[in-house]
Amino acid sequence: MTYIRPKFRHPELPKNKLGYSINYYEGALSTLCAGCGHDSISASVVQAAFELNIEPHKLAKLSGIGCSSKTPAYFLSNSHGFNSVHGRMPSVATGANLANKDLIYFGVSGDGDSASIGMGQFIHAIRRNLNMVYIVMNNGCYGLTKGQDSATADHGSKNKSGHLNVYESIDLASLAIEMGASFVAQSFSGDKKQLVPLIKSAMNHHGFAFINVISPCVTFNNNLGSTKSYDYVRQHVEATSTIDFVPEMTEITTSYSEGDSQQVKMHDGSYINLHKLDTNWNPLDRHSAMNAVLNAKLKNEILTGLLYIENDSTDLHQLLETVDTPLNKLTELELCPGADALVDINKGLR
Amino acid sequence: MSTSKINNFVVRFANVNGTGSASANFLFTKAIFRMGIPVTPKNIFPSNIQGLPTWYEVRVSEKGYLGRRSGVDLLVAVNPQSMAEDVKSVRRGGYLMYDSTKKLHDEFIREDIHYLGIPLMQMCNENYSDARQRQLFKNIIYVGALSALLQIEFKELEGLLAEQFEGKEKLIPANIKALNLGIDYVKNNFEFPLDIRVERRNLVGDKIMVDGNSACGLGAVYAGASVVAWYPITPSTSVVESFMHYAEEFRTDKVTGKKNVAIVQAEDELAAIGMVIGANWNGARSFTATSGPGLSLMNEFLGLAYFAEVPAVLIDVQRTGPSTGMPTRTQQSDILEAAYASHGDTKHVLLIPATPKECFDMTADAFDLAEGLQTPVMIMTDLDLGMNDHMSEPMTWDKNRKYNRGKVLDAAALEKMEKFGRYLDVDGDGIPYRTIPGTHPSKGSYFTRGTSRDEYAAYTEDSGIYKANMERLLKKFETAKNMVPAPQMYQSENRYDTGIIFYGTSTFSAEEALDILKENDIHVDAMRIRAFPFNDTVEEFINSHKKIYLIEQNRDAQMKSLLTIELQVNPAKIKSVLNFDGMPITAESILRQVSNKFKSDQHIPKTKKVS
Repeated sequence: MTYIRPKFRHPELPKNKLGYSINYYEGALSTLCAGCGHDSISASVVQAAFELNIEPHKLAKLSGIGCSSKTPAYFLSNSHGFNSVHGRMPSVATGANLANKDLIYFGVSGDGDSASIGMGQFIHAIRRNLNMVYIVMNNGCYGLTKGQDSATADHGSKNKSGHLNVYESIDLASLAIEMGASFVAQSFSGDKKQLVPLIKSAMNHHGFAFINVISPCVTFNNNLGSTKSYDYVRQHVEATSTIDFVPEMTEITTSYSEGDSQQVKMHDGSYINLHKLDTNWNPLDRHSAMNAVLNAKLKNEILTGLLYIENDSTDLHQLLETVDTPLNKLTELELCPGADALVDINKGLR
Repeated sequence: MSTSKINNFVVRFANVNGTGSASANFLFTKAIFRMGIPVTPKNIFPSNIQGLPTWYEVRVSEKGYLGRRSGVDLLVAVNPQSMAEDVKSVRRGGYLMYDSTKKLHDEFIREDIHYLGIPLMQMCNENYSDARQRQLFKNIIYVGALSALLQIEFKELEGLLAEQFEGKEKLIPANIKALNLGIDYVKNNFEFPLDIRVERRNLVGDKIMVDGNSACGLGAVYAGASVVAWYPITPSTSVVESFMHYAEEFRTDKVTGKKNVAIVQAEDELAAIGMVIGANWNGARSFTATSGPGLSLMNEFLGLAYFAEVPAVLIDVQRTGPSTGMPTRTQQSDILEAAYASHGDTKHVLLIPATPKECFDMTADAFDLAEGLQTPVMIMTDLDLGMNDHMSEPMTWDKNRKYNRGKVLDAAALEKMEKFGRYLDVDGDGIPYRTIPGTHPSKGSYFTRGTSRDEYAAYTEDSGIYKANMERLLKKFETAKNMVPAPQMYQSENRYDTGIIFYGTSTFSAEEALDILKENDIHVDAMRIRAFPFNDTVEEFINSHKKIYLIEQNRDAQMKSLLTIELQVNPAKIKSVLNFDGMPITAESILRQVSNKFKSDQHIPKTKKVS
């Protein structure tokens, strides 16, 4: 880990539309190992929030327990954060989201947190199409307890102590598609160019936006024979497309040739421009996305990019038919039936 | 029995689960209640949906005793499966009403009780053609027969049926016909009324009849709960069902259909309490309801809420443990688990209601307390109070009442501050100030965590800072002592050597026992505990008596442990009066245990029998 961060910032750092420069979106100094994939993801989050002109206080960061779950402290320090208990971030995020539908909920979890102890909460948050971003920083091992295999470690992958994993791995991206997630993406912590527009798209998605980010553990899972090492991932990454996120009201200037590009309109009028590298796959079709992930797996490829999106999904608030005003803004006036109503209720109980 | 048999008896109905007997039995109870006579029904039901025996016991008490009384004066036996047990349960000189369509087996004949045979099945077959009707009206026929035997006024039954079938009036005549079939059979075949019977009184006043769970659900609606997360578990399910029922009426926009509430059935209890904590953290009032097994699962999150100081309201409808225990039987056995829920040093605020009105009040107050103290507050009710109808004072709401949201800083307050410290004890009461996400663009954000942190919410492993924080949490608990409801005292000053303490659903039977002790010239002081942490009055009460009897419904005397741990009182001074068989405690049981203990000390003569 690093102990000292230079305080100096270039005085002419570019500012976004809100007048904030990128350092306004940074967090506390990371205490993770030098070279940890998670820190690169945090940097992408900072970049995405800066570029999207997000008011930091209109975003809430939530996490569980583990190395990944520490990261919300390392970005957006002007946002409220909630580092909950192991595997239970989805339920805390659900309650928070129900209380105030107007904030962006940014959840960070790890493979232990989501694929093992928190598997139940993870898939149930998906089922409910909770309007949130859910990033799993996936390194295939338990870092804080010194390198045990996690449930996403690939079958046959070798860990630092030379032990081969004999169990089947859980593939979180295909699981999310199967469970009905309305936005599923996969990326690599080392590919900021891909990750930043994915995070921006996820933040603009109305519904459950899941990004599984392969994020190598430099200390415990970066050895030869590991399928989550930097070298292995770099060699096996297969991008589905390059993507641009185009916010609402932005003039579309880039043009792609017919056939391999696709424009996905989001609920708020924004667009995702996908420059597809594989024309056999349609990101708007769940079945097609599922096939693409499974086919890549057979070829030992890690498919990255936006895999699936349902651009007009119905989120939990719509399912529950809640009022437009955030529930935490309601007062006695709207919530309390009043003394007279109670007199009538008593009457009915005599 | 020397006392009068007018308005003073117990009727027990032995039914089969799922045969529609519940509404007929309630009709019987409510008619007596409408005649101005105190009455208390108890459902004794299996953990099953259809087919197993179920009993409904109604105590009629001129003196207003609402606790359970053992011994059955009249048993309505319509379940062959439990007949042997049912026949045995009738008091000497009591009555057994049974279906005489088939001859009663010899083994069920006792010389010391009276038999009231009514050919229920035959009458149904002759009068109704539909199979379901034949089953349902059997119940109404016996209610009719009972009304004649016990002198329940027909107009009350008629009025109740009219209310029950409002909008479906064409169902009324068939029900009236069934009532009359029962009445006519009694008139033609038995001497009536019986020696046990009812007489109109004016003892009910403006009281209502409702179950505790309904009152808890309504209390949460009144308190402004807007996020509800729960996982179904007996006997707490009807708390949320009640909330939903009233929310449908009071929280739904009549035009748009949109709701001022979000109710989520979670995947398990862990998620339910997690959602409650997330919602409260984000400024919405939120609660869950559960029972013992659920409370065990919620321990992890309760520790987080205690340490991170997030409000939460939990209604624990206690049932018989440990483990799955007897899911449909009552107990007060979650006291210690709730008081110290989760690992590490924790203490939680508990409120202990004894009546439906208190269920309503305490649920509503729990939200003010949880936000005022920024900590979980648990309402310790139980199956007996939660699922049985109880006669209760009406529920009331002060029309000027405002929700007390506690120490929450708004944007204007933050604007004026130099630096916000989430865990700074600014006021010296151990309660810090909090902010809700989204309040201010650059001030007030902080990181909520279950790990140790300093006064500004930054992670720390500094021993001194950790310790100071844990001590502040104790100070906050000390502050809570005077915010929670004080105990109910049964005398203006303590006068005797002996004090009796009880809480929750032991109250009705304890009060009855107190009356009987007094009739026997045995004088004691009494106190009902209503909350944890204990108010100073609790300690004073114990200290001012030489001997204490503590009545509770669990095996291990959990409240005694809690008092001993928290107040450092001498455990030898407290004698336990316990009941943990799953059935509500009776006054007889209390008196028997108290007098045995008195006797062993050569103080007091044996007490009279309870009537």
